[in-house]
Amino acid sequence: MTEGITMTPVIEVAQARKDAEPVQRDIVFDIQKLTASYGKEPAISDVDLEIYRNVITAVIGPSGCGKSTFIRCLNRMNDLVPGAKIDGKILYQGDDLYASGVDPVEVRRRIGMVFQKANPFPKSIYDNVAWGPRVLGMRKDLDERVEKALRGAALWDEVKDRLKKNALSLSGGQQQRLCIARAIAVEPDVLLLDEPASALDPIATSAIEELMDELKRDYTLVIVTHNMQQAARVADMTAFFSLDVDEGRRTGVLVEYDETAKIFTNPSDKRTEDYVTGRFG
Amino acid sequence: MSAVPTSSPLQARRHRLRGRLGDLGLHGLTLAAALACLVLVGAIVWKILALSGDSFDRFGLGFVTGRAWDPVKHVFGALPFIYGTAVSSLVALVLATPLAIAIGLYLSELAPRGVRGIVGSLVELLAAIPSVVLGLWGILVLGPFLAHHVEPSLHSALGFIPLFGDPQQTGQGLFTAAVILTIMIVPIVASISRELFLGVPRELEEGALALGATRWEMVRGVILPATRSGVAAAVILGLGRAVGEAIAVTQVIGGGTRIGWSLFPPADTLASKIASNYQGAGSGLEISSLLYLAAILLVLGLIANLVAQVIVRRFDPLRGARS
Repeated sequence: MTEGITMTPVIEVAQARKDAEPVQRDIVFDIQKLTASYGKEPAISDVDLEIYRNVITAVIGPSGCGKSTFIRCLNRMNDLVPGAKIDGKILYQGDDLYASGVDPVEVRRRIGMVFQKANPFPKSIYDNVAWGPRVLGMRKDLDERVEKALRGAALWDEVKDRLKKNALSLSGGQQQRLCIARAIAVEPDVLLLDEPASALDPIATSAIEELMDELKRDYTLVIVTHNMQQAARVADMTAFFSLDVDEGRRTGVLVEYDETAKIFTNPSDKRTEDYVTGRFG
Repeated sequence: MSAVPTSSPLQARRHRLRGRLGDLGLHGLTLAAALACLVLVGAIVWKILALSGDSFDRFGLGFVTGRAWDPVKHVFGALPFIYGTAVSSLVALVLATPLAIAIGLYLSELAPRGVRGIVGSLVELLAAIPSVVLGLWGILVLGPFLAHHVEPSLHSALGFIPLFGDPQQTGQGLFTAAVILTIMIVPIVASISRELFLGVPRELEEGALALGATRWEMVRGVILPATRSGVAAAVILGLGRAVGEAIAVTQVIGGGTRIGWSLFPPADTLASKIASNYQGAGSGLEISSLLYLAAILLVLGLIANLVAQVIVRRFDPLRGARS
């Protein structure tokens, strides 16, 4: 896995994935004509996308193309940004996420998120993982739940003897896996990862990538990454976003969405090809 | 951009010399200013201790537990004023802390952007009211209101608790002083708390919300624990203010040497006793005893300040999170 961090033989990886393609796919998110704006300027415009269950979907594209904005629409994190506005529809398992009766708190409980910068609470390792379950009233068998989450995040063996230690004493990669453990401790359906490895060294990155491969058995994963090799390595589906510059306005648009193998070997859009071959971005 | 003019070596040296003199001057001036503070504190402490010597020789440490203040018989003790200071400050803290934290939370987390500025400035304006003006308002408005409305209802509802004894008629008393002190502390603690809450990294808040926490759960589970040492220090700074406040307290506390459970009767604090008695002090021993009170007050103030500093340095849970 680690050698993959150097220039990946993208084609080989992609070829291997193509053979192992599942046939039938459940749709978790059905995104229709999504436009998200901060103030008057749309950050992304007219995005149509279906995200499938138990699959890793990568969102790639150059800086500022709205990747993070897009993923933050999926669990209504953008509600917290003053002036943020959503048009279009996001159906989550058939229900409109932005319908009037929907409680964003409940949305976020089902659709967990891991951020670019590891953000453990200034508490013990145990309390970090137990925090979500406690808040949500899942107090039964808390110890088991914490252990299961830490095992799920491939962190248990490293921390089992120092669960009472402050989480900030962990290394960056461990902190990020702790954040993943914290997110899965509340048993969400979906895990959104916003550049989870961008601040990590190659070894910690590959640990996270291996972990994602494990996690997709139980969860639907959506990962934003600026690292194309990472997308090629981990993702089943890849969405390529780019910037549309129109009369000085820069808006993120979805250029192409397909199986990862296709995006990296035989993209149908010229812009995708330019990007994945490293001609810009 | 024009090219940098080439200068002769001599010029360069002259510039450097001037620069170095400037550096020396700056260093000297700032050092002198810092030392002046130190000297001033030392001089004040020394003078107060020296002038309280007569009283200390006469009463010793027993002064601290002495309950009488009788200029006629030349018997002086500090206990009633220590009691008054402790009770008025603690009551003020108990009232002010939740209020100030609520204001801080509202201004940092909940208020819409436009409201933040307006309410924030209003809270700070409250701190700008001169204490003597606040004291006048206390005499004319707050005291009578407390005496005629708040104290009777507290007494009738909670009279079984000895704290809420018979209401006063005048509105002069410990409780009025405590409420005035509350009004003085709230803006300080609220604005420090607001800054602390704003300082909690946004990622931490988002981390909590992304787990499906409500805003209240995020505040209780992340923001308050992460800032508790700072808030505690802010509260202790407020305590320092309350302990030392003289004018407004003197105006509304009524005066007296009573020690008892009820919060309502007149009393005196260390500061108010000094402020109200110094001009009319009849004997050298009384003046010396007032300075002894001042020394106690000084020690309390220094302790409060030190404790606040220690709390901030030792127990900041975010120490590792900021970098």
